[in-house]
Amino acid sequence: MTSWARAFGRTGRVAPFLVLALALAACGGTSAEYPQSTLHPKADFARMIDGVFMTTVWWSLAVFILVEGALLYVIFRYRGKPDDAEPNQVHGNTTLEIIWTAIPALILAMIAVPTVRAIFETYEVPKGGDVLEIEVVGHQWWWEFRYPEYGVTTANELHVPVGRTVLLRMKAYDVLHSFWVPQFAAKRDVFPNRTTTLWFRADSTGYYSGQCAEFCGVQHGRMAFHVAATSPEEFDGYVKGLQATAMPAAAPAGTAPADSAAVRTTAAAPVTTTTLAATQQGSQTPAVRPAPRDSVPPPAPATPAAGSVAEGQKLFAQRGCVACHSINATKPMGIGPNLANVGSRRYIGAGMLQNTDENLALWIKDPQAIKHGVLMANLGLTIEQARSVAGYLRTLK
Amino acid sequence: MATSAVSHSAAHGAIHVEKTGLWSWITTVDHKKIGILYGATAFTFFLIGGLEALLLRIQLGTAENTFLTPEAYNQLFTMHGTTMIFLAVMPLSAMFFNYLIPLMIGARDVAFPRLNAFSYWVFLFGGLFLNASFLFNAAPNAGWFGYANLTSKQYSPGLNIDFWVLGLQILGISSLAAAVNFFTTIINMRAKGMKLMRMPIFVWMSFITQVLLLLAFPVITVALILLTFDRVFGTHFYVPAGGGDPLLWQHLFWIFGHPEVYILILPAFGIVSEILPVFSRKPLFGYAAMVFSGIFIAFLGFGVWSHHMFATGMGPIADTVFSLSTMLIAIPTGVKIFNWIGTVAGGSLQMRTPMYFALGFIAMFIIGGLSGVMHASPPADLQQTDTYFVVAHFHYVMFGGSIFALTAGAYYWWPKMFGRMLNEGLGKAHFWLMLIGFNLTFFPMHFVGLHGMPRRVYTYPDGLGFELMNQIETAGSLLLGSSFLIFIYNVIRTSRRPADAPADPWNGATLEWALPSPPQEFNFAVEPEVHSRDPLWETKRERGGTLPEPARVSSAGIHLPNPSYWPLIAALSVLAFFVALLMFAHTGPWPMVAAGVMLFFSVCKWAFEPAG
Repeated sequence: MTSWARAFGRTGRVAPFLVLALALAACGGTSAEYPQSTLHPKADFARMIDGVFMTTVWWSLAVFILVEGALLYVIFRYRGKPDDAEPNQVHGNTTLEIIWTAIPALILAMIAVPTVRAIFETYEVPKGGDVLEIEVVGHQWWWEFRYPEYGVTTANELHVPVGRTVLLRMKAYDVLHSFWVPQFAAKRDVFPNRTTTLWFRADSTGYYSGQCAEFCGVQHGRMAFHVAATSPEEFDGYVKGLQATAMPAAAPAGTAPADSAAVRTTAAAPVTTTTLAATQQGSQTPAVRPAPRDSVPPPAPATPAAGSVAEGQKLFAQRGCVACHSINATKPMGIGPNLANVGSRRYIGAGMLQNTDENLALWIKDPQAIKHGVLMANLGLTIEQARSVAGYLRTLK
Repeated sequence: MATSAVSHSAAHGAIHVEKTGLWSWITTVDHKKIGILYGATAFTFFLIGGLEALLLRIQLGTAENTFLTPEAYNQLFTMHGTTMIFLAVMPLSAMFFNYLIPLMIGARDVAFPRLNAFSYWVFLFGGLFLNASFLFNAAPNAGWFGYANLTSKQYSPGLNIDFWVLGLQILGISSLAAAVNFFTTIINMRAKGMKLMRMPIFVWMSFITQVLLLLAFPVITVALILLTFDRVFGTHFYVPAGGGDPLLWQHLFWIFGHPEVYILILPAFGIVSEILPVFSRKPLFGYAAMVFSGIFIAFLGFGVWSHHMFATGMGPIADTVFSLSTMLIAIPTGVKIFNWIGTVAGGSLQMRTPMYFALGFIAMFIIGGLSGVMHASPPADLQQTDTYFVVAHFHYVMFGGSIFALTAGAYYWWPKMFGRMLNEGLGKAHFWLMLIGFNLTFFPMHFVGLHGMPRRVYTYPDGLGFELMNQIETAGSLLLGSSFLIFIYNVIRTSRRPADAPADPWNGATLEWALPSPPQEFNFAVEPEVHSRDPLWETKRERGGTLPEPARVSSAGIHLPNPSYWPLIAALSVLAFFVALLMFAHTGPWPMVAAGVMLFFSVCKWAFEPAG
């Protein structure tokens, strides 16, 4: 058995190095490799936190090396044999004990000072400049975003202009959730009975990941969202587009100004036989694989079969979709996600699936099969009908 | 005379034959047997909780995995946390309280032996009640923290939350009864000469733990009663629609929940503080500082609960106060770590298996302590809370801390409890595999958390950079799990060997090592007298070497409490009461009344039954 112990002893001495190598490998990384990382801040709020965090890291690292080093030293230095003479019976040393009470207290003070400063800074919304207020409502399991300044509402994809301070006023519709976009700001819980706030000012354009961080039920793991930080001009265009959805939506798609190009270019695209065959098998598990969350191009162009857009619009109105979903960004329903610009979003199902014709059709046909427990009803549409509805929704930009 | 601790009268010739068999275990009021029952039950639950963890790790081994359904994942992570805290670590500590406190303070049993049996049976039934939920496919599914208002009837209509709430209430009864018992035992039943500042450090840490239990458990009891009222009788304590406040739950839960962390770790501190001096052949460095830092940690532990709630946005003043109070805890904790190193320094280290685990405990606990300081800073915590960084942190404290120390304790006191030495080679293999598996499982979690992976998610998408680290964690968890197979093999192998462990295999300093291994039912034939903190070392020094092997003596004339099955019946009544409450909607109040009457009757029988 002693040979066992020896063998394991050797492995054991290598283990710390393995761990260290692993740590170094994981420490680096870029925001492309880790698109939801807290270590690559892209807004002032997250940068402030990163500063405090790195202070704690350096002090911790120093303490770690000193104390673990001291521990390893005494273990190897004072190894004894059973027949060694009894060591000196020391019961303590008051001076030493005072020193190693005082030094940690000093180190903690070094961490406490920037901590307290950052606490007050992060609670204080920066004064001056023009603050964009956005209302956030957490739902099981999606996010609603309202812009009171512009009178529009959207879901799961938050657009913000870079360089302008954004103040989020947040509530929950049902149970507790927590709003978290690591690269912009830290977490803030949302409650059904109180309003919490969070602010940040994005400093670079891009498409960022966020996720609910408070356990909120069966699909907590699928309550992601995205933040598109755009130039102020692009943001204005985005808002105007949402405001334009207030125009009577009775006219069939194709006449809506934003849609026409998409419909025209895609009307000729045939429905490929392979996709039809795949869906006709009526497989219980849909052939959808969630797409990687980064490196996703803007949504693929809609490719509905000719004529199905009008059919889809009719089904959308007749089969009950409108009971929960509004396609008018100025008239939120507050039950299901507002779909006014769903065609321009990169993801559906709260960050779960890439927004493609096929994924959207399968989602509409049987949301439970894709995201078990989701509160969206199965309306009993055939796959063709679901395709039509998807085709229609994809024209809503 | 300290020597009286060991001078068993050899005049008694007859060897006392102890009762064995199933009935003796069912009716036992012997703290040692109850301790073994606690240990065996808790270790079984530990294995169940570990298997749950392995299933979780397999699910997270790859992105977009469908090994577990979301519902199954949520049930398993809830039961993993609940099991490990309430059914594994706490009762494993209770095993050591039970077995060791009377032996270490020179008593023949605890103050209330039948209450002790009652505590065990209630614990067992509470654990069975919680796990029975799996049979109804209704295991608790809202996390071990059970945040309102997800736990309300509206959002959790099934029995899942009822099993959790009522199961925790049952376990709370067990913990409170045991805490009253050990508190009383330590205050009243110490050997002559064992002043408070001569108590073994394990007894001190146990004593502080009982105080924490007595003060913290009533809070969770109240919180759970309010939740039960909300769910069963339609009140609105936590229901916003009725004017209630879900945040109230968080405050109540963490006023219990943070002291609970120290309930889980202080016994571990005590175990390690016993083992390090023995295997360094040198007394504990700074005994008084160790005692008072333990008290200070426990005291501060009641003033830091809101550091679990920084993300709720309590405001800068509250954040500052709770942040600073949390950082303060690092000071007494640091004192402990430095004093442990001070104990080892200058010693003559005997590198036996318990020492490996005790030193491993220090090394791992330091890491957990440092990451704890990181999220004591609220801005940093706002990024780290509810991510895998926190999962890494508390596993370094709870596993790297508590489980390493409890394992050290198991190897150290095994010969005393069972009269057999566990195999050293297998013990060391267990240690290295556990250390490597543990670090592979939990160290990458720091990074995957900082890179944005939240906790309690049943899966994660490709492309966020989480895959590789999760794969390493899953592989590590399998190693970690298999390390306990070595332990189980070691135990089985050892149990087939002759019970030939000496009374004092490690050159111990505390009173239990003066007794035969395992001790006789009455512990001490003659009540010992103590003159120093390390009474056995003192005796051995006076005698110039080792002690003679103690003889087994007759129990004639030694008063011991009678066995009784009424604690078991009373515990069954408690279980029946809570099962009736679970079924309240179907059966109405009468089964509960019947269970209450049965409880009253069995407690009367227990009280009036002759004690001996």
